[in-house]
Amino acid sequence: MTDQRSQAEIVRQSLKRRYRKERRFRAYGILAIAIALGALLTLFTDIIGKGYTGFLKTTITMEVQLDGEMMYLDDPKDERQIKMADFVEPLVQALIKEVPGATEEDRKQIRELINPYASVALRDALKANPEWLDTSRTMTFLSHTDVDVYVKHAGDDAYSIKLNDQQKAWVDELQERGVIETSFNDVFFSGGDSRDPSKAGILGAIVGSLLTMFVTLILSFPIGVAAAIYLEEFAPQNKFTDFIEVNINNLAAVPSIIFGLLGLAVFINLFGMPRSVPVVGGLVLTLMTLPTIIISSRAAIKSVPPSIREAAEGIGASKMQVVLHHVLPLAMPGMLTGSIIGMAQALGETAPLLLIGMVAFIVDVPDGFFDSATVLPVQVFLWAGSPELAFIERASAAIMVLLAFLISMNALAIWMRKRLERRW
Amino acid sequence: MQPANLLLLTLVLAIVAYWLGYARSRSLAMPLGGIRHLKSLPFYYGARAALWSGIPALIVLGLWAAFQGKVIQLIVIGGLPDGMMPATEGEASLLLSKISNVASGALPPGFVEAPIAEAAERLKALRSQSQFLMSGLVISVAVLAGFLGWLRIRPRLNARAQVESILKWVFFACAALAILTTVGIIFSVAFETFRFFEKVPFTEFFFGSHWSPQTALRADQVASEGAFGMIPLFTGTLLISAIAMVVAVPVGLLSAIYLSEYAGRKVRGVVKPLLEMLAGIPTVVYGFFAALTVAPFISDLAASMGIEASSQSALAAGAVMGIMIIPFVSSLSDDVINAVPQAMRDGSLALGATQSETMKKVIFPAALPGIMGGILLAVSRAIGETMIVVMAAGLAANLTANPLETVTTVTVQIVTLLTGDQEFDSAKTLAAFALGAMLFLATLLLNVIALKIVRKYREQYD
Amino acid sequence: MNSVNTTIASEVTQPDEVAVPVQESKPAETIIEEGKTVGKPFSDDPKFKLRDVEVFYGDAPAIKKISLDIGRNEVIAFIGPSGCGKSTFLRCLNRMNDSIDICRVKGSLQLDDHDIYDPKRDVVELRARVGMVFQKPNPFPKSIYDNVAYGPRIHGLANRKSDLDEIVENSLRKAGLWEEVKDRLDANATGMSGGQQQRLCIARAIAVSPEVVLMDEPCSALDPIATAKVEELIAELSESYTIVIVTHSMQQAARVSHRTAYFHLGHLVEVNETNKVFTSPEHELTESYITGRFG
Repeated sequence: MTDQRSQAEIVRQSLKRRYRKERRFRAYGILAIAIALGALLTLFTDIIGKGYTGFLKTTITMEVQLDGEMMYLDDPKDERQIKMADFVEPLVQALIKEVPGATEEDRKQIRELINPYASVALRDALKANPEWLDTSRTMTFLSHTDVDVYVKHAGDDAYSIKLNDQQKAWVDELQERGVIETSFNDVFFSGGDSRDPSKAGILGAIVGSLLTMFVTLILSFPIGVAAAIYLEEFAPQNKFTDFIEVNINNLAAVPSIIFGLLGLAVFINLFGMPRSVPVVGGLVLTLMTLPTIIISSRAAIKSVPPSIREAAEGIGASKMQVVLHHVLPLAMPGMLTGSIIGMAQALGETAPLLLIGMVAFIVDVPDGFFDSATVLPVQVFLWAGSPELAFIERASAAIMVLLAFLISMNALAIWMRKRLERRW
Repeated sequence: MQPANLLLLTLVLAIVAYWLGYARSRSLAMPLGGIRHLKSLPFYYGARAALWSGIPALIVLGLWAAFQGKVIQLIVIGGLPDGMMPATEGEASLLLSKISNVASGALPPGFVEAPIAEAAERLKALRSQSQFLMSGLVISVAVLAGFLGWLRIRPRLNARAQVESILKWVFFACAALAILTTVGIIFSVAFETFRFFEKVPFTEFFFGSHWSPQTALRADQVASEGAFGMIPLFTGTLLISAIAMVVAVPVGLLSAIYLSEYAGRKVRGVVKPLLEMLAGIPTVVYGFFAALTVAPFISDLAASMGIEASSQSALAAGAVMGIMIIPFVSSLSDDVINAVPQAMRDGSLALGATQSETMKKVIFPAALPGIMGGILLAVSRAIGETMIVVMAAGLAANLTANPLETVTTVTVQIVTLLTGDQEFDSAKTLAAFALGAMLFLATLLLNVIALKIVRKYREQYD
Repeated sequence: MNSVNTTIASEVTQPDEVAVPVQESKPAETIIEEGKTVGKPFSDDPKFKLRDVEVFYGDAPAIKKISLDIGRNEVIAFIGPSGCGKSTFLRCLNRMNDSIDICRVKGSLQLDDHDIYDPKRDVVELRARVGMVFQKPNPFPKSIYDNVAYGPRIHGLANRKSDLDEIVENSLRKAGLWEEVKDRLDANATGMSGGQQQRLCIARAIAVSPEVVLMDEPCSALDPIATAKVEELIAELSESYTIVIVTHSMQQAARVSHRTAYFHLGHLVEVNETNKVFTSPEHELTESYITGRFG
C-alpha cells in the first residue's frame, strides 16, 4: 500500500496551507459581522450623541413685575387690551434686574436672551389669572434658542454660537446663579412643529402617525387575513388564483414610492380627496403593507396541521366553520405577529407620504382623520433638512422616539411569537 | 354626517339587523317545536340579516365618499361664469384650491373676485348637501335591505349556506384587491406617462443626456424649455446601487456563511437579531445618518487626502444604502445556504475537506442560483430606495462614474418634482410619472426574474 | 429507560434511525452485560483498535462501552435493529459526529495505534484516510468528473491535469462506472440513476486513496439490481481497503462481509465470522434477530 502511504504524506504536507486558508475564511466572516454590527453601533451612538440634548430645554426663571402701566394694560379680561398690550417689556426688565451690572442700555442684548414665545406664554398666563396684574411673580420661561445652543454646546465646534462675548458672560453668570437652567424638555412632547427650535415638538407628528396607523391597521389587518384565508382555503387551483399570487408577490417588492404615485393619482386626483390627511396616508400605507400581512398570514394558516381540519370536518362542520372556528384561532398569533411587523414597517415609511402632501409645515396637533397632519418620520425628514443645528438635535431626538416605538413593536412581535405560537 | 360617523352608524344598524334576524328565526321556530326545526342555527339567520343590511350600505358609502369630491369639483367649476372657465387642468387646480381656501375660511372672501366667492359658497352648500344625501341614502339602503333580509327569513331557508357563500365572496374580493392595486399602479403611471410623451419626444427622454426639468412658469420668462434626458438619472441610480451592492453583498453573504456554518448557537442567537435590527430601522434614519454624518466624514477624509469630494457624494448615499441592505442579503443567503441538504456537507467533509473548502467548492456553487436571485431582489430594492438618496444624494444630474461626485437618482427626481404645489399637466409633473413608470417596470422585471430563480432553486431541493 | 436515549439519538443522527420497540419476552438488560461481547471481537493485526467506546447525546448514552478490533483489509458488517447505535458508532470512526454539538465520545479509539480523538489529531487528515459513503447517494450538483476530482483537488493529490484524469478514470473504473459514463463526464451528476449516483459516491470516496471506507447502509436507497452492482463492487474493493459497512439487510451482511457485529440498544452483543453468526449465533439476542423475531 505504498500508494496510500505516499498520498497520506501529500495530504499531511498540504494541511498547513489549507488551514491558513480556513482561518482566513473564518476571519472574513467575523470581519463581515463586525462591519455590520459596527455600522449599527455607529448609527446608534451617532444618533444618541447628536440627539440626547434634544430632550433638554433651557429655561430662565425670574421674578416678573406684572406692572399694568408698563404693559399698557388695566383689564386682562378685555380681549382688545390683551391684544394691544406689551408683554415683552416686563420680561426684559425682569432679566435686566437678574443680570448683575446690566443697565437699560443693554436692553437689546438682554432681550435677545429671551425666547420670542415667552411673551405669548406670559400673555396666556395673565389671561388665565387676571388677578396677577400688578403683582410680582416668579415665573419660568424658555430661553432663546441661541442661549439654549450655547448652554448645551459651548465647546462644540460643529455648533456656531450666535451670542456675543458680553452675552456669553451674562449667560455663564446666570447659570451659576441658577436663573438659567436646563431641565427635561416637556415642550418637545407637548407641542407641534414650530419655526423656533426651542418651541418645536413632536406631539403633532405622533398624533398624525397614530391616526394614520389606525386607518392602516383597521383596513389592512382584516383585508389581509381575509385574503390569506381565501388563497389558502378556498381558492381553486386555476390561472386566476396564480395571477393573484403573482400580483401579491410582486407588490411586496414594489418600491414604496410607487405607492405614493398611486395615492397621488388615484386618491387625490381621481377621487378628489384632500392632501396631507391621515386617511389618505393610511390608505396608501394599507396598500403597501397588505402583501406583507397576506404573506405572513398565509404562512400562519399553512402551519395549522391538517389533522385539526380533518377532525372538524369529520364531525360535519362546513368548510367555513372549519376555517373560522378552528384554523383561524390557531393561526391568529402568527397573523398578529406578521401584522405587527408590517405595521412597524408602515410606521417608519416616509417616501410615499411625501408625495401625498404629508410633508407640509403643520403647527397644530391634528384633531381628526381629515385634518392636515404629518407623521413622525416625515417630521424627522423636515427637521433634518434644516440648516439650523438646533433642529438637527431635535431630529435626532425624534428618531430616538421613533426607534423606541419600532423596537417595542418588534419586541412585542417576538414576545408573541415565543409565547403564543404553538409548535406542532 | 361625517363618513367616519356614518360608518359607525352602518355597523350599529347591521348589529340591530343581526338581533332582529336572530329573534325572528327563533320566534318562527317556536311553533314548529324549537330551533332544531330550522334549517340553520339562529346565529346564521342573524348574520344573514346583518350582511344584507351592511354590505350594500357600505358599498354605497364607499362609492359616494370616493367620488363626491371629484363630482363637487366639477359642478363648482362648471358653475363659473364663461369668462373664468379654466382653459387647462393646471388653471383648474389653481382655481379650485383658491375656492376651497375661501370656503374653509383660510382666505377672506373680500380678497377674491366675486364669482370665486360665490363659487366658494356653492362649494360649501354642495358639500353639506352631499353629506346629507349620502347619509340619507346609506341609512335607507341599510334599513331597507336589512328589512328585506329580515322579511325573507323562513324555517326552510338555508341561511348558513348563504352566509358562507357571501363571506367567501368577500374573502375573494379582499384577495382580488392585489390585482386592483397593480392595475391602479399601472393606470396611474401609464396615463400620465402617455401625456408626458405627447409633450416630450420619446427619443429625448430615453437618449437625452441632459436633465433639467425647470420649465418656464410664464411664457415671457427667460428660463427656456426644460430638458428631459433620463440617462444621467439612470447612471446616477446605477452608480449608487452599485456602491450599495459592493458594500452589502460581501458583508451580507460572508456574515450569513459565518453564522450558518461556524457560529455557535449562542453567538447566532445574539448576532442574528442584531443584524435584523438593521433591516427594521426606517430609511429616513439612514438618510439622516448618511446626510449628516457619513457624507461630511467622507468629504473631510477626501479633503485631508487632497482629493476633492462633494458634500453630497454618491459614495455616502451608496455606502449607507449598502448597510441598509446587508440584512436583506444575509437573510436571503442564509435561507438558500440552509436549503442545501446536510448530505452535501457530509459528503464533502467525509472526503477530508475543511469547512471553508466545503463552503467554497460545494455549498456555495450549489446555492449560487438562489443567492443570485436574492441579490437581484436586493438590487431592485436599492434602485427603488428613496429616502436615503433624497436626503444624502444631490439634485444635480451629473453624468459621471466618480463616486465622490454628486449624482441624482430617479427616485430623488420623482420626489423633487412632486412635492410642493404643482400644476398637474406641466411636463415637469408628468415627467415624475414617466420616471415612476420606468422605475416600476425595472423593479418589476428584476423581481419577476429573481422570484423565478429563487423558486426554481427551492424546487431543486424540495 | 432505553427508549428515551434512543429517541434522542435518532433525532440527531440519521432520520431512519427511529427507535423501534423491541418485542421480546425478557427485558434486554437481563441478558446483556455492559462491555461484554461474545464471539471474537479482537484481531491480531488491527487497523482500528477500539476500547470501551461510549457515545453520549447530551447526557443520554447512545453507545455503551464497546470494545472491538477491525482488521486490516477486512470487511466487517454492523447489523442490528433500528436505533441500536450502529450508525452512530460508525460515524465515530472518522469523527463525523464532530459536527453534532451535543455529541460526546469517550474511550480509546485508535487507527494504526494513533488515537483518533486526540485533540492534536487532524480531522481533515483522518478523513482523507478514512472515507465514508452515505446512506442516500449525495453527489455534489457538479459534473461527474468534478465529483470524483473534488477530493484529489482539495488534497492536492494531482500536480497535472493528466494525473487528475488518471485518478478519475481509475476511481471510476474501480467503481465499475467508467464504461457507463466515460462519454459524459461533463454531465451533471444529479441526472444519474440512484445506483449510478451511489457508485459515483464510492468512486469519489476512493479517489483520495483512503485506507478505510465506511459505508452507512449504502444500498438502502437502491433497487435490487443496483444493490447487486454495489455489492459486487464492495467485494472487489475488499482486496485493497478496509471496509466497515452498516446494513439493515442480513443477506447483504452475509454476502459481503468477513465478520459481522451485532448491535443491540447501544451494546455490541456479538462479533463473529459471518458464517458463524448466521448459522450458529452464540448469543440469544443475535439468534432472535437473525431469525426475525424482531428488527
